[in-house]
Amino acid sequence: MAVQTAAGSPSVTPKAGLQKFWSDFSESKVAVGALVVFFLILFIAVFAPLISPFDPYDLATVDIMDSRLAPGTQNFSGQVFWLGTDGAGRDMLSAIFYGLRISLGVGAFSGLIALIIGAAIGLSAAYFGGRFETLAMRIVDIQLSFPSILMALIILAIFGKGVEKTILALVLVQWAYYARAARASALVEKNKEYVEAAACLALGDRKIILNHIMPNCLAPLIVVGTLQTAHAISLEATLSFLGLGLPITEPSLGLLIGNGFEFMYSGEYWISILPGIALLITIVSINLVGDQLRDIFNPRLQR
Amino acid sequence: MTAFILRRTMQSLVVLFVMSIIVFVGVNLIGDPVEMMINPEADQAEVERVIRELGLDRPISEQYWFFLLNAFKGDLGKSFVFGTPAIELIIQRIPATMELALVSLAMAVTFGIPLGVYAGLKPNSKISKTIMAGSILGFSMPTFWVGIILIIFFSVNLGWLPSTGRGDVATFMGISSSIFTLDGLSHLFLPAFNLALFKLSSVIRLSRAGTREIILQDYIKFARAKGLPESRIVNVHLLKNIMIPVVTVIGLEFGSLIAFSTVTETVFAWPGMGKLIIDAVYNLDRPIVVAYLMIIVLIFVTLNLIVDIMYSILDPRVRIKGAN
Repeated sequence: MAVQTAAGSPSVTPKAGLQKFWSDFSESKVAVGALVVFFLILFIAVFAPLISPFDPYDLATVDIMDSRLAPGTQNFSGQVFWLGTDGAGRDMLSAIFYGLRISLGVGAFSGLIALIIGAAIGLSAAYFGGRFETLAMRIVDIQLSFPSILMALIILAIFGKGVEKTILALVLVQWAYYARAARASALVEKNKEYVEAAACLALGDRKIILNHIMPNCLAPLIVVGTLQTAHAISLEATLSFLGLGLPITEPSLGLLIGNGFEFMYSGEYWISILPGIALLITIVSINLVGDQLRDIFNPRLQR
Repeated sequence: MTAFILRRTMQSLVVLFVMSIIVFVGVNLIGDPVEMMINPEADQAEVERVIRELGLDRPISEQYWFFLLNAFKGDLGKSFVFGTPAIELIIQRIPATMELALVSLAMAVTFGIPLGVYAGLKPNSKISKTIMAGSILGFSMPTFWVGIILIIFFSVNLGWLPSTGRGDVATFMGISSSIFTLDGLSHLFLPAFNLALFKLSSVIRLSRAGTREIILQDYIKFARAKGLPESRIVNVHLLKNIMIPVVTVIGLEFGSLIAFSTVTETVFAWPGMGKLIIDAVYNLDRPIVVAYLMIIVLIFVTLNLIVDIMYSILDPRVRIKGAN
């Protein structure tokens, strides 16, 4: 970087996009560490059925005699439960692996849908303007003035719990953030010359929005996306813990923590603490990556 | 100015109205309260009598109309479970929730501002880095899980503080609260700290950012040049100016403390309105759910209205932007 600045000429060939991105990103050791941890978690979540020592939801192998064993205990048949077992005798390590899979899956899926809906609304609002923009942004403002937990609570109180309903709640809570970010950056891009050029070529509105404006608005959307996904995972865990989110058939980390709640007073701390630590590591690593992305993409900090 | 306030108030009323429709219609479409409320051994005549009594045989639009009429009279229906007016049940629980939210807010501010200012004044010291790392952690930790950790550590292992309930309540100057008894305070500490943690992190971040910005201003340099002692610069010149953003955010965030108290109240079995709503959702106690959601939406709309009006008084640009 320093060499390029010293050269001082604007015609210096920019480093290939990805390479420049990585050299900016890796300036923070913490962020790189967080990224590694995140990929590790992603790997666990994707391959949970292959790498878990047990299948925690296979009734044939789960034995109630193994219930509430402390971490590291061996049962009579010589199986070791590195992180102990829960009230039904399931291996906590495997349950956490499967839980990560569900938590990440629900968080990422709802984030993706919210991103698509929010970006579509935000981009069109900026591009078309007029009444549509006023109305859409008024709704965004009103929605953002309510805390996310309250919005989710209203939706789940109305629809009841369930996988689709939790995803619906998470999407409805998040879309406004994407819409606001998409509109803000599209408003800037809209007035640039390349958009004018595209309009002169008599390209359709859809084409201009999707092929020309959107690619240039991706950076802020990615930043919002990372931070919102962490938020969605945390919110899903909270809702599931309260018993309003996912059903018992989809044991996410939040539900695992909730299951351990009743054993807390008898000193079996691991049943609720360990899934929480897995949740915390996931959220912190995503947040740290998101923070670094925000710094890279922030034009005011452009080095 | 008057036009702005009028327009903004109208908008709040519209939000309130739309929310009331969404909440009422939505809540009434799920579950069958008849099945739940009536003794399974009741005969057909008894079942029909109860349905008529609850007004469940009318079309939904008519039910909504009566709900709205009654809501203006302060009657949001009777709880299916308790058999008492829903609004009364919620109002009984409001003081517990308010005291929890206020004490948390006080904790977040009294600890957050000094920590944030310190981290802003000495951004490179080890202590500051620890404070900031802590705030990222506080930001990321799910509230309910921290609550569980606090209970395991302070109640189960150390046995220092109680983990459930509100404790003894005393009345002082017409307000009955657990702040006024030692037992009440010991019950209040853990849940309030739990609820405060998230806000504490944002207050730390805000006051740090404010400090770093303000410390570079000319008036601080001038105060230094005048030879004022550092303590006066920090306590008067700096603190006064970082209070503006902090106070605004506190106003907005108070509402979210009330909303998040549902989580903390459930973990600590705190008898506030948050726990009431969660229980009501489980029991399909529709009047309570509707009444709670309406009251909390009302609280929010009012809070937002007040903050907006205050803003427009402080910053004329907001009014002009709103008029366009």
